[in-house]
This record gives sequence, C-alpha cells and structure tokens, in this order.
Amino acid sequence: MNAILKTSPPRPGAEAVAAKGWLAAHKWLILRRCSQLGILLLFLVGPWFSLWIVKGNLNFSYTLNFLPLADPYVILQSLAARQVPEKMALTGAAIVLLLYLLVGGRAYCSWVCPVNLLTDFAYWLRVRLGLKGSAHISRPTRYWVLGMTLVAAAVSGSIAWEMINPVSMLHRGLLFSIGLAWAVLLAVFLFDLFVMRHGWCGHLCPVGAFYSLIGKFSLTRIKLPARAACNDCMDCFAVCPEPQVIRPALKAIAGTPPVILEANCTNCGRCIDVCSKDVFAFGTRFNTTVAPVTGLAQAAPK
Amino acid sequence: MDNETKPSAAARRQFLADTARMACGVGLLGLGVGLYAQHAKALPPAAIRPPGALPEAGFSAACIRCGMCVRDCPFDILHLAKPEEPMSTGTPYFVARQLPCEMCEDIPCVKACPTGALDHSLKDINKSKMGLAVLVDHETCLNFLGLRCDICYRVCPVIDKAITLDPQSNARTGKHTLFIPTVHSDHCTGCGKCEKACPTEVASIKVLPLYMAKGQLSSHYRLGWVEKEKAGGSLVAPEVEHKYNMPEGMQYEHGKGLSGSSGAVPPAPTPAAPVALPKALQGSKL
Ligand code: SF4
Ligand code: SF4
Ligand code: SF4
Ligand code: SF4
Ligand code: SF4
Repeated sequence: MNAILKTSPPRPGAEAVAAKGWLAAHKWLILRRCSQLGILLLFLVGPWFSLWIVKGNLNFSYTLNFLPLADPYVILQSLAARQVPEKMALTGAAIVLLLYLLVGGRAYCSWVCPVNLLTDFAYWLRVRLGLKGSAHISRPTRYWVLGMTLVAAAVSGSIAWEMINPVSMLHRGLLFSIGLAWAVLLAVFLFDLFVMRHGWCGHLCPVGAFYSLIGKFSLTRIKLPARAACNDCMDCFAVCPEPQVIRPALKAIAGTPPVILEANCTNCGRCIDVCSKDVFAFGTRFNTTVAPVTGLAQAAPK
Repeated sequence: MDNETKPSAAARRQFLADTARMACGVGLLGLGVGLYAQHAKALPPAAIRPPGALPEAGFSAACIRCGMCVRDCPFDILHLAKPEEPMSTGTPYFVARQLPCEMCEDIPCVKACPTGALDHSLKDINKSKMGLAVLVDHETCLNFLGLRCDICYRVCPVIDKAITLDPQSNARTGKHTLFIPTVHSDHCTGCGKCEKACPTEVASIKVLPLYMAKGQLSSHYRLGWVEKEKAGGSLVAPEVEHKYNMPEGMQYEHGKGLSGSSGAVPPAPTPAAPVALPKALQGSKL
C-alpha cells in the first residue's frame, strides 16, 4: 500500500504529463473547476456583496433581470405532482433543456453541479489513501431512483425529492443558509469515500440520471479520432467517472463508431487530458467518419 | 454492452437478485421520502407563507424552492426552510414575531415567483390571506385587562376593517369599558404586524395559518336575521313579539333599557343597582 503512495506504479496521467506537459495534461480539469467554481461564485456575489448578477439558485435563476433558467428535472417533478408552473419557469426549463442538448446532458454534472466538487474530492482522497474495495450497486440504479422521485411526487402531491436532494441542498445551503444540510452532504462524501467508488454521482443521483436522458440526444460528444493510436495504458479508464462508456467506442466493439454516444459520459474531458496519445477530442455526434488512422475502416458512419 | 456472450444461468440469477435488491432498496427509499414529505405538509403554526401562496397542498407541488421571493422581498423577511425545520425543505416562510410582512403595494415577492406557487392573480395586497390574526390570550392582552394599549389596532395596515376595538363593559370594575381588539377574517391579511408590535412578553395576538385560525359553521346552519332580510320579512308566521318577564312594576324595552312604569324603581335584588348596570345591558343608548 505504501508502495503505491511512494513511487510505482505511476499515477494515471503521468505519461500524459511527460508527453504534453502538466498544463496540457490538466487543461480540461482546470477549465472544469473554473466553470464549477465560477458559476458558484456568480451566484455567491449576490448575497455576499449585493452584486445581483444572478438571483435564485440552480432550481431557478434569473440572470441580469433578463435570462430565466430553470432545472427541467424539478419542473418535471412539479408536473408529476400535478402543478403546471407559470410561463417564466417553463421558459427557463426549455432554455436549459436546449442548452444541455447542445453541450451534453451530463455536462451539468461535470461543469455545473456543486456536489460534483465534493464527490470528485472524495474520489481523489480515496485514491490517495489507497482505499480499495467498493460496495456493489449497479449503475442503472439511478434510473430507478429517478423513477421513484417522480412516483413520490405524484403520490405525495409535492416535490418530495427536494426534501433531501443533496444537489439543491448544497447549492441552496451555500446561498441561503445551510442548516443541517451539511449532514446530508457529509453522508454523501463519506459514502463515496469509504463505501463506494463513484457511488453517488455514478450510481444513485437522480439529477445525473435525468441529465443523462438529455445526454442521449445531445450534440457535443467525446470523439476518438485517433483511437488506433491507443497503447492500452488504461489511464482513461482509471480517471473516467463512468468508465463503462469508453470501451465500445475505443475498442470499436460491434462496429461502434469512434464517438462516445453513451448517455452517461459527462463530457468532463478528463480522458482527453490523461491520454498521452491524444486519442480523444471534443466534437459533435455527427461526422463520425473521421479519417481512420492506420486502417480502422470498420468505423462505420452513423 | 459488455454482455456479448449469452449470460449463464448463474449470471442471470445474479442479475435477477441484483435487480430485486435494487428495486427493494429504491422502493424503501421512496417510501421514506414520501412519508417524510407527507409529514412536512402541515405547516408549523409560527411559519407563515408569503402573500399569494397557494394552499399548502398545492404549494408544496408548485414551489421549486428557488428563493426568488426571498431575494426580491425588500424587507428581507422571508427565509427558506432548512432541512431540520418541520416543513418542506427549501420553501419560503416568515415568522411574524421576528419580522412581519410589510404588505408592499407592488407585491415584489409574488412578481418574482416563476412558478405561480405565489399566485400571480393576487394584485391587491389587501386581499392576501397569509394567515389570520387571533387574539390568543385574553388573560394577558392589556386591553382585556382594562388598559388602553390598542397597539395591535394602531399598527394594523388595514385598521378599522381587519381589526376593530369593540367596547364591552368591564365587569370587574363595573364602571369602565374594555376595548376588545377584534379581528375580522374577511379583511385580515395575516401580515403579522399586530403580533410583532404586541408589547406583552409573549405576543397576546398571533397570526396563525388559516386552517388553524378559522372555525366553520356546519353547512346546514342558517342565520335567522340574514334569512329574514333575504326573504324581506319574517319566515316564522305569525311573528310573535318578544315579551320580557319582569318583576311587577318594571319594564324593559329593547333599546331603552330598564325603567319603572309607575313611580319609583324598587330596589333590585342584585348589588348592581339599575344605575350601575353594565353599559352593554343598557342597549344602544350608549
Ligand atoms: S450526478 Fe448528481 S450530484 Fe453528481 S454531479 Fe450529477 S447532478 Fe450533481
Ligand atoms: S469518457 Fe471522458 S469525458 Fe466522458 S466521462 Fe469519461 S473521462 Fe469524462
Ligand atoms: S409583500 Fe413585501 S414585505 Fe411582504 S413578503 Fe412580499 S415582498 Fe416581503
Ligand atoms: S419564488 Fe415561488 S417557487 Fe421560488 S421559492 Fe418563492 S414561492 Fe417557491
Ligand atoms: S397589542 Fe397585544 S396587548 Fe395590546 S391590545 Fe393588542 S393584543 Fe392586547
């Protein structure tokens, strides 16, 4: 165990750092953290300095008294509880829906959601501490949780999930007052750290599950224009929060084109960073017939 | 994706077991969330919703806990419920005794609400029904004790409609008037200014949620005098004139009070002599 901490084997991404330099090997990670913290800061300068660029929270916000943004998932729950919101909220939800159709559904998770900072930290610590072993819950569980939240809304006639949703609890807690919400968040953190690898975001969170449904149809995708150059270092699998999405496209399983169309890819771009061979790149879901490197002709057009 | 080969019987069993486990777990979680949500549906009495809030059942379905109302309230009276507070987490409320609603004419909180959880059809703040003030403690209200505190009446933004001072005889002194603060539910908005201003250590008048504050007559009840007016005449035929059974030589006339018919008034049996009769008993001569 100590050996891992000290020297070998090298941590995932070491090869990429050697090949591209530290900055290039962390480009998307840095941009992503800037986005997550930046968005949080935009919200926070309101209550902190009375600088009201954005009002509200992730469930609904109003930017510069002009742009309404609403979380389509919470609106869906409201509808399930048989309440039709006013135009303002519906417009906001439509805008957000369109936005994520463009940038990738679970881009919400990796570029916006504040809980992701927490769960990423738990994962980082898990690796640092060399914690092995993980409980087994299947990844599709999150869709059951998603379904459950809608049923709970319909049956109770209220947006029941909002009572314990760690995502909105954290965001609301930071902007308004946190109260005992920290206990819920601590539970999520400890669960991810000690019980299960990528436990919350990768297996349970219904918010992520909802955005992955948008992701099924979204435009921005991870492409693998140089998948033939892959040297099986497995670094991308090691850093990816949803490693199961990589294999089909990387290994051309069943003629999968060189683009990750799996709904649960979060468009975090970590795979781009850590790959020393530059296999991955951001692109769109279309034009999957990139010039195949060294005879990978089976890359079929979509 | 990974199962390109046919799963073995053992793998299928494992899959079924996993699915069952997952369904049970998620089901239990759902039950927990549902019960928790149900539990939080009744609002605690000290928490008052902002103006225009839908009735509680609709509100917890419509409010998306965004806090826009909180942000746009110029007096900063609103809070979003924390998870440990016994109501739907993240929904807005205020506590009148801390900071009451100032009843802004343009109702910015309602305007800010993107969902209609605060009903946009509320245009006149005087028509809002956040709750209802109730003079909860007759033993501590200073006016009930015979003083002229009157503060709740004076601070009421809908003075003389939502709250009036109704004179009543002071039975303790036998010669003074109590001015009883009386709230009228058809005009009280539940803003809570009276509760905030009440000088007793613990407020003697409190705003309560409507469901707690308001009684309701049985549906078959009819108010005789209202029916009579509606019908334009007595509904009881023949109308019997009311007669008072008075001791000999005494008369009581509605609106005029007690009088002796012939000469001196004989001493009354009670210590309260006719002159000292409580004013309220003397009819409308006041
Ligand atoms: S899975 Fe849930 S908690 Fe994790 S980043 Fe996505 S929305 Fe946030
Ligand atoms: S495939 Fe790449 S972009 Fe997608 S989740 Fe994994 S690391 Fe992130
Ligand atoms: S009416 Fe004015 S004071 Fe009352 S809650 Fe709304 S914004 Fe606040
Ligand atoms: S603005 Fe409306 S939806 Fe938002 S918290 Fe207030 S009542 Fe709820
Ligand atoms: S302010 Fe309080 S004490 Fe004074 S009259 Fe009103 S209820 Fe009574």
